[in-house]
Amino acid sequence: MTVKLKVESVFKLFNDTRKEGMALLRDGATKDEIFRSTGVTVGINDVSFEVNEGEIFVIMGLSGSGKSTLVRTLNGLIRPSSGKIFIAGEDVASCDMKRLRAIRRREITMVFQHFALFPHKTVVENVAYGLKVKGVGPTERRKAAIEALAKVGLDAYADSFPGQLSGGMQQRVGLARGLATDPAILLMDEPFGALDPLIRREMQDELIALQKELKKTIVFITHDLNEALLLGNRIAIMKDGAFVQVGTAQDIVSNPADDYVRAFVADIDRSRVFTASDIAQDADHIPLKESVLGALVVMDKAGVDVAHVVDQDGVLAGMVTREALTAVKPNTPVVEVMEPDAPSVTSEAYINEMYATAQNGVLMAVTDSDGKLVGSVEPTAIFGHLTPDTETATEAEEDDGKEDAGPPSDETETEPANIVDAQKEKSL
Amino acid sequence: MSPSDLLVIPFDGWVNAFVRGFLVPNFRPFFRAVQVPVNEVLQAFDGFFAWVPMLVVTLVFAFVAWRVVGRTMAIITVVGFVFIDMIQLWPETMTTLAMILTSVLFCTLIGIPAGILVAGSNMAWKVVRPILDIMQTVPSFVYLVPIVMLFGVGMAPGIIATIIFALPPIIRMTNLGIRNVREDLIEASEAFGATRTQTLIEVQLPLAMRTIMAGLNQTLMLAMSMVVIAALIGAGGLGLIVNTGLGRLNVGQATAGGVGIVILAIVLDRITQGLAEPGSGSKKPLLGSFKSLFRSQDIEAAAPDKAV
Repeated sequence: MTVKLKVESVFKLFNDTRKEGMALLRDGATKDEIFRSTGVTVGINDVSFEVNEGEIFVIMGLSGSGKSTLVRTLNGLIRPSSGKIFIAGEDVASCDMKRLRAIRRREITMVFQHFALFPHKTVVENVAYGLKVKGVGPTERRKAAIEALAKVGLDAYADSFPGQLSGGMQQRVGLARGLATDPAILLMDEPFGALDPLIRREMQDELIALQKELKKTIVFITHDLNEALLLGNRIAIMKDGAFVQVGTAQDIVSNPADDYVRAFVADIDRSRVFTASDIAQDADHIPLKESVLGALVVMDKAGVDVAHVVDQDGVLAGMVTREALTAVKPNTPVVEVMEPDAPSVTSEAYINEMYATAQNGVLMAVTDSDGKLVGSVEPTAIFGHLTPDTETATEAEEDDGKEDAGPPSDETETEPANIVDAQKEKSL
Repeated sequence: MSPSDLLVIPFDGWVNAFVRGFLVPNFRPFFRAVQVPVNEVLQAFDGFFAWVPMLVVTLVFAFVAWRVVGRTMAIITVVGFVFIDMIQLWPETMTTLAMILTSVLFCTLIGIPAGILVAGSNMAWKVVRPILDIMQTVPSFVYLVPIVMLFGVGMAPGIIATIIFALPPIIRMTNLGIRNVREDLIEASEAFGATRTQTLIEVQLPLAMRTIMAGLNQTLMLAMSMVVIAALIGAGGLGLIVNTGLGRLNVGQATAGGVGIVILAIVLDRITQGLAEPGSGSKKPLLGSFKSLFRSQDIEAAAPDKAV
């Protein structure tokens, strides 16, 4: 993967004309101590990270944590006190204004918390602003702006003024403005923070959908951990100007780095963090051509009463229960007794999307995007993942050799072939 | 016993020496040159308003008043201008109008760039602000004498005195308007790679326009109030009518001149106020560009608070 944005030990201290603050910071003084003794505000304290192409990197922190300052150093709106920020081979932290403007016109744009739309310009003029500043001609930039507006579904409002639109629509215009110049990197500074909760949800889903298509490199700032966990491929938790923890949503929720992160994670909605693949256990699967006898052998080995049936490509075909198998002759083909529509969820489905399927009370198959079986989830196992302190409990059950409760599996996707091997090893 | 028994400062003598001994002999050609453009513009306006028939001027003003302010103001304009013509002061009124427009034009040309400059630099604003305070508080009679010494008497010196008196509000209001543009809008403009000039033209000036128009209105009103004083150093028009009426104790003439000034002031004030505060009674904007002024007003009302 290509690194699109590289930040190397960036510091930003405000009011530090005599470099006292920097010296104190090197000696290990805290933000509060430095402010009390010198009046210097520590905005960013030694932050380094890389953002890969097509990734949403979320920086999450409370107000005053320095996240807005940090995002503004990335496009040079605020110049850091020291450190390097590389975008397209150029160090944004130290280059002159002319080069910085060139980077802003070509590589990086920004979406603002309060939309920051120009009230005296129409929607399409707002969206075309980046192109106008670049020197793109009127017809061409209007065309590009309308295309960008179409992506967010607002092309019909091109000639309205921002003040005539609702908050959610205004932020879509802000997003379209950010996309119109087709930048490699999009900075989003709490873009949904000023929206109503319902609209915020809608916008988050839209951003996810849009990102699937556009694959932009996005740096997303938020103070809402649920939003961070929902959107971020990786998340950085920021406190007092420094990163406390960087990792995937699952990393942060399952292994908080310190008490600060743990306190945050305590009351988040876990059903929107963990996916089916996170909680799936190895599936016992029976080939389609197998006889009832063979199927019963597999089930006995695994010690289960329900199993999924797959075809020769590993694609889920249905499921069988011990009850159904014992009711027929041993040499009957499995195809005749299996139930073809087994309840299934995709491996990317979040827990909260699995509730409806779980309602059947039947073992759920977990399939990948090709429909291949990758694991299974007991409906009751879901509950184990909704509270933070169940991990020890499920681990204990794993030791008993029972898999029904389903331990939280770190491996996300396993091929059915490996599962069989694993099963065999276990039964031996 | 008082401090003056110990030391007397010959302040007036110093000023005399500075103006008569230094400014006048050394800089007279410079000051003469300064009034050339003022004279040119004034002649052009004066000639134009003398040439255009009274009815045409009245109709144009009435039309503008109707579009910008409303129907009532259009009627007041017509009645007022007809009254001025009937009391036989039309030519003087047009001369005064030409003087006012010249002063306001120069105030705009100087004031808006100056306002932009001081809005961009706190240092510049610290220097300019006391100068503006002095310009507004020193009684205009005080600088009439040096102006006469440097520029002589006549229309142009009168207009220069008017410019000095009427300049501060437009500088102040331009500064204020630009400084009040929301910070995130400027950030947005910069984030898309705009230069300072692009940000100024595309974002700051359009959004400051209403405040600048309010400054223009104040400048215009101050210029109106200088009409009579400027006439003391040879500027003509309605101010001269008032002054001569005063000199001859001719109450009627002085009043007639005064009424003419008041009518002109009301019309100009309402029209410029209408431009500064669109939406107050007018149904349609005068120009397409003023549409944007309507919008920005709506937006500010609807925009969410900056509080997080």
